[in-house]
Amino acid sequence: MNKDISNEELEDFYQKVKKDVEAHGYHLNSDVEFTKYLLKNILLNEERYGYGSCPCRLASGNKEEDMDIICPCDYRDPDLNDYDACYCGLYVSGDILEGKKELQSIPERRPAPKEREQSKSELGSIISSLDLPVFRCSVCGYLCAREEPPETCPICKVSRERFKRFI
Amino acid sequence: MAMEHVEGENKGKVVLYALSTCGWCKKTRMLLESLKIDFSYIYVDLLKGKERSQIIKEVEKWNSQLSFPTVVINDKDVIIGFKEDEIRGKLQ
Repeated sequence: MNKDISNEELEDFYQKVKKDVEAHGYHLNSDVEFTKYLLKNILLNEERYGYGSCPCRLASGNKEEDMDIICPCDYRDPDLNDYDACYCGLYVSGDILEGKKELQSIPERRPAPKEREQSKSELGSIISSLDLPVFRCSVCGYLCAREEPPETCPICKVSRERFKRFI
Repeated sequence: MAMEHVEGENKGKVVLYALSTCGWCKKTRMLLESLKIDFSYIYVDLLKGKERSQIIKEVEKWNSQLSFPTVVINDKDVIIGFKEDEIRGKLQ
């Protein structure tokens, strides 16, 4: 069984995430109780699976399969653009933060399991005449042309494994 | 792990498929509880092995996205996500 996350541990994590998020121009949901509930469950998932999988999606337990839903997920930015919040309601837009819009439960953008299975087999046909490959950070969209992606995204700080070959 | 059953007023067969870690799932469960209706719920993320794959198939039948919360009413109506008005409309 999972060990409990102490209030102290949660408070530290909340403060750290809040600071990081704001430094990068994002906003956490101002409903602190709701936000802490989600953050606590990200910590729990980290213990359960070894990675901080999205608390609002069913994790497979296989890190490679769940790479797109490790928080912050690949769908956060498009969801913030289209719906003013991420799927969980952990990240919100400035409009929601300022009370101009109301937070609501949004549709799931992640492809269904069957579609994910299909797109996996369609990968690997990138043709390029460039001197260097271009890698894209799947969280923030940062692009870089180099032999290998950086160890850590210089923009959003996620790890190398979140990069995908772009061109 | 079997379905958890919450007793209340019978408004038909109401099943909530949820994740134990999800904020919208929690809100949905609290809403159903506040309506004081009879319903069942299951946390799919806590299931293992055969039971897990069985329930996943069941959810996919109603919601091919396999997203949560998914509420199924009378084996017919499906409400995906925390849609408070829709849930109240159907069950109040």
